[in-house]
Amino acid sequence: MPVMEYIDAIRLAMKEEMQRDEDVFVLGEDVGRKGGVFTTTKGLMEQFGELRVLDTPLAESAIAGVAIGAAMYGMKPIAEMQYSDFMFPATNQIISEAAKIRYRSNNDWSCPVVIRAPIGGGIFGGLYHSQCTESVFFGTPGLKIVAPYSAYDAKGLLKAAVRDPDPVLFFEHKKCYKLVTGEVPDDDYIVPIGKANVLREGDDITVIGYSLPLHYVMEAAAELEQEEGIFAHVLDLRTLQPLDKDAIREAVKKTGKVLIVHEDNKTGGVGAEVSAIIAEELLYELDAPIMRLCGPDVPAMPINPPSEKFFMLNKEKAKEAMRNLAMY
Amino acid sequence: MTYSGSVGQTFKHHELGLSDSQVIEMYTMMQMARVFDERCMLLQRAGKINFHVSGIGQEAAQVGAAFALDREQDYFLPYYRDYGFVLSVGMTLRELMLSVFAKAEDPNSGGRQMPGHFGSKKLRIVTGSSPVTTQVPHAVGLALAAKMKKKPFVSFVTFGDGSSNQGDFHEGCNFAGVHNLPVIFMCENNRYAISTPFHKQSAGKISDRALGYGFPGVEVDGNDVLEVYRVVKEARERAMRGEGPTLIDALTYRISPHSTSDNDLAYRTKEEVDEHRSKDGILFFKQYLMDCGIWDEEQNQALLKQLREQLDDATSYGDKASFPAPEDTLLHVYADSEGQGGQ
Repeated sequence: MPVMEYIDAIRLAMKEEMQRDEDVFVLGEDVGRKGGVFTTTKGLMEQFGELRVLDTPLAESAIAGVAIGAAMYGMKPIAEMQYSDFMFPATNQIISEAAKIRYRSNNDWSCPVVIRAPIGGGIFGGLYHSQCTESVFFGTPGLKIVAPYSAYDAKGLLKAAVRDPDPVLFFEHKKCYKLVTGEVPDDDYIVPIGKANVLREGDDITVIGYSLPLHYVMEAAAELEQEEGIFAHVLDLRTLQPLDKDAIREAVKKTGKVLIVHEDNKTGGVGAEVSAIIAEELLYELDAPIMRLCGPDVPAMPINPPSEKFFMLNKEKAKEAMRNLAMY
Repeated sequence: MTYSGSVGQTFKHHELGLSDSQVIEMYTMMQMARVFDERCMLLQRAGKINFHVSGIGQEAAQVGAAFALDREQDYFLPYYRDYGFVLSVGMTLRELMLSVFAKAEDPNSGGRQMPGHFGSKKLRIVTGSSPVTTQVPHAVGLALAAKMKKKPFVSFVTFGDGSSNQGDFHEGCNFAGVHNLPVIFMCENNRYAISTPFHKQSAGKISDRALGYGFPGVEVDGNDVLEVYRVVKEARERAMRGEGPTLIDALTYRISPHSTSDNDLAYRTKEEVDEHRSKDGILFFKQYLMDCGIWDEEQNQALLKQLREQLDDATSYGDKASFPAPEDTLLHVYADSEGQGGQ
């Protein structure tokens, strides 16, 4: 099975979907001739032409709005936001339009658009090239939100997003692009939206999270098992909306001790909702308070290295939080 | 606006390729929109419905545009005052009344949206929302689809003069200009954004903005149904020839208050409104048809009587129709059955 980088898996998913269905096309700033600022769309314009890999004016609301219009016709647009930080001018189009088109038309119209946006920090991007914006959109019914952890999931979830009849926000972590490699089958598989994934079985503590920080958690879990005999059960949500409640319940019941991890800041993050679900439905399964390890509640990540390091999660922070929970 | 002519002469509508029966149909649609609108104001004042947003005074622009489009193929993105437009492209009075009463059978939204938020896939009326101008990039996206799929349709989008200040207007026009897309942007310039007059919204002419986007901008008397028909038809022909978008600024006047929740005399005078009432596009078109010798007062009375009957039927139908079941609130969040809203 081919081993590839997370970014290559995203590109392969787009390429395969564009080969499969001529209604699939990509649009965004610099996606064509340049192949994207991260090279995510590199080579696609050469293969599929300028119209299907469309360099757009620098105007995010139009990128989203035009994609929404084309999707209502029946096209399958993949709109790229260069950084999720720059997605906010398109928020009205995403929340007032894409999310509500099926509902407000009483199922007459639909909007099968995919909006891809790189999230996260750790790349010296400063305040406006480092944000995790998923919590802004989380809690808006009508949207689906996915955030892949592995190269395998990146390809499978993006293919599922393209085929989904409803709008999907695809949050890819930019630090994963080159850092994360993995086996990616070259066949036509999908990872279903709405299904979480157990990354690791364990009996002592449960860690629930998504995207980049789970790599730190997995490293920490391996060390804790070897060094301290702590066995962690790790659940990757994969889809943030709709949450896989069954998988959350099952993972919590397994150990009765839960740590929720994400890079997005703590207050109002996805972890708050996961925690509320557990509190509502599984209180008597718990042997410890629910704990959260998240980005701090500051507006965004500063660019200076000590501040960036302070903001970002890492293996040590994960290990400490997991040990504390195990010891409770 | 003056029309000259007598029997036997070639009239303006003939020069435009419109038959006598077509112009009478246009006039009928204008009157239908007007009586519908007036009825809704009454229904709101009588406490039968909660809200109405009016298009009185703008019927000529709406109907003229609709008749210039391909009503079998084009895609329409009307804004919330466009009763004359949607009636002309196939929506019925009963369907509008179902929307006014927010009933389950309403084809626009199943009773979910405010009246004036049109949508019908069958009629290619693209579902709209309340945040203004979001429909402009959608129209551009539909035009992009036409170009990609090599389909012979244009998208036609309307908005108010207030809306033309939104970013989505500029972003949409610019995108369409760059990619030379078959889309027609028509501003129904009724001179007010709720209470704010045009001179406090823009220091220039809306049609002039097209120059910056690299396509033609045309100003037209929006009270003159045949002139609007002419410029929209030309814009459509340009689009079909692959020559890209057109921006049309249809100058008209909002005779009604912004909505039933608005007291317009707080910001404009009765004299001003009355002056524009005398320039009403419906009155002028009626006079034109009479000058052409294809319409008379007797026919006019018969038409109004017939429209009143249709309206009575539609009002009673809408009033008596069922509301959606309360739990239907949860339906159609997503396509799949698991996608129902939760609590």
